[in-house]
Amino acid sequence: MISVIDYGAGNIQSILNALDDLNVEYKVTGNEQVIYNSDKIIFPGVGEASFAMRKLHLSNLSTMLRVTKKPLLGICLGMQLLSEKSEEGDTCCLGIIPADCLKYNAANVKVPHMGWNKVSLIKGNILFDGIENETHFYFANSFYIPVCDYTIATTDYDIKFTSALQKDNFYGVQFHPEKSGEPGIKLLKNFIEKC
Amino acid sequence: MLTKRIIPCLDVKDRRVVKGTNFVNLKDAGDAVELAYRYYMEGADELIFLDITATEEKRNALIELVRDVGKVIRIPFTVGGGITSVDDIEVLLNAGADKVSLNSAIVKNPHLIEEASKKFGSQAIVAAIDVKLVNGIKQVFIKGGKEETDLVGLEWCRKVVELGAGEILLTSMDNDGTKNGFDNDFLRLVVNSVAIPVIASGGAGSKEHFLDSFSIANVDACLAASLFHYGEINIGELKKYLSKNNIVVRI
Repeated sequence: MISVIDYGAGNIQSILNALDDLNVEYKVTGNEQVIYNSDKIIFPGVGEASFAMRKLHLSNLSTMLRVTKKPLLGICLGMQLLSEKSEEGDTCCLGIIPADCLKYNAANVKVPHMGWNKVSLIKGNILFDGIENETHFYFANSFYIPVCDYTIATTDYDIKFTSALQKDNFYGVQFHPEKSGEPGIKLLKNFIEKC
Repeated sequence: MLTKRIIPCLDVKDRRVVKGTNFVNLKDAGDAVELAYRYYMEGADELIFLDITATEEKRNALIELVRDVGKVIRIPFTVGGGITSVDDIEVLLNAGADKVSLNSAIVKNPHLIEEASKKFGSQAIVAAIDVKLVNGIKQVFIKGGKEETDLVGLEWCRKVVELGAGEILLTSMDNDGTKNGFDNDFLRLVVNSVAIPVIASGGAGSKEHFLDSFSIANVDACLAASLFHYGEINIGELKKYLSKNNIVVRI
């Protein structure tokens, strides 16, 4: 069973629709015990970082997420919250990935970074099994994690940033696989079946 | 590099897609969910649904439509029509829409943009702006083009950005339905004046018109309705044509 963490940060219906396509059993939950008893965790997030972190603390989920050994996939803000801290709302995040989340420079590019952009694979990873290098995925973000030791894929927007990462059981994607057509569904399937 | 986007627009009345010229003379163009799926399969980058009869009673029907569309397509979609409050927006986003398009409501209450973008993020808020030439000035119209306002198009575009809109959907009422091409002069002016993506709308009649708007006005996305609904242009073929002409698109 997959836990889709619901901590009141943004809409998760699209992720549930995609999981329905894949016919997997899931529970939408903010309950620590339910998450503890699940096989894998999907950690979504749309919205603002400090608000989301506050919600995580209030639902007593932050410690559990830090120490879990279950495969976890952070999506969009969910990935950013794996970092040390975010410039968005000057927020202390979960500190799983030793990198900070920064804001795009609006003097150089339009912010938010919104639309379809290429994802370049820099390390082979089962998350991208069967997905071609340089496939387009759908992004909608104003903040980014720079390239770091745990980056597995990068995307260009003003600078080269982390579009996917992995550290141990923690996976993260900056784009929205649930909104990226077939390749996105494939990525979710890889996470569910192979990670 | 971000790709340029092709966005079919579905004007919806009672779950049917309808299309008129200059906002009048509505014709039926098929079932909304079925058409949405067709566009997804053809390679559309995004879809926009505008409920043209949005009233209080129809609100639930629109939420149902959003749910049903979300079940069949895996690309982002925007929904608009009669949205007046943060609560309206929340319900539609929770039902599975990625963005909402706001038009008349933000003219009456500009702070709705501010409130909504703070709560849901700029990426979820599209400011839909309808302009028409009146005495040599691009004036803003509301209520589906029926009511003239005293807002000047370019100034209003700048204002919605300041308030937190994440994208501008700019419809030229003069060009809409004419199939003579997008209003590239005005679009270019807006693109050069704001730092958020601009979607061109109104006037598409051929593949060349899309190419022109991307290359002359440097818009981020082009929207069309009847051209796609009646099969005059296939989205997959349009994107191949654009790609051959050096426009970066997702194929």
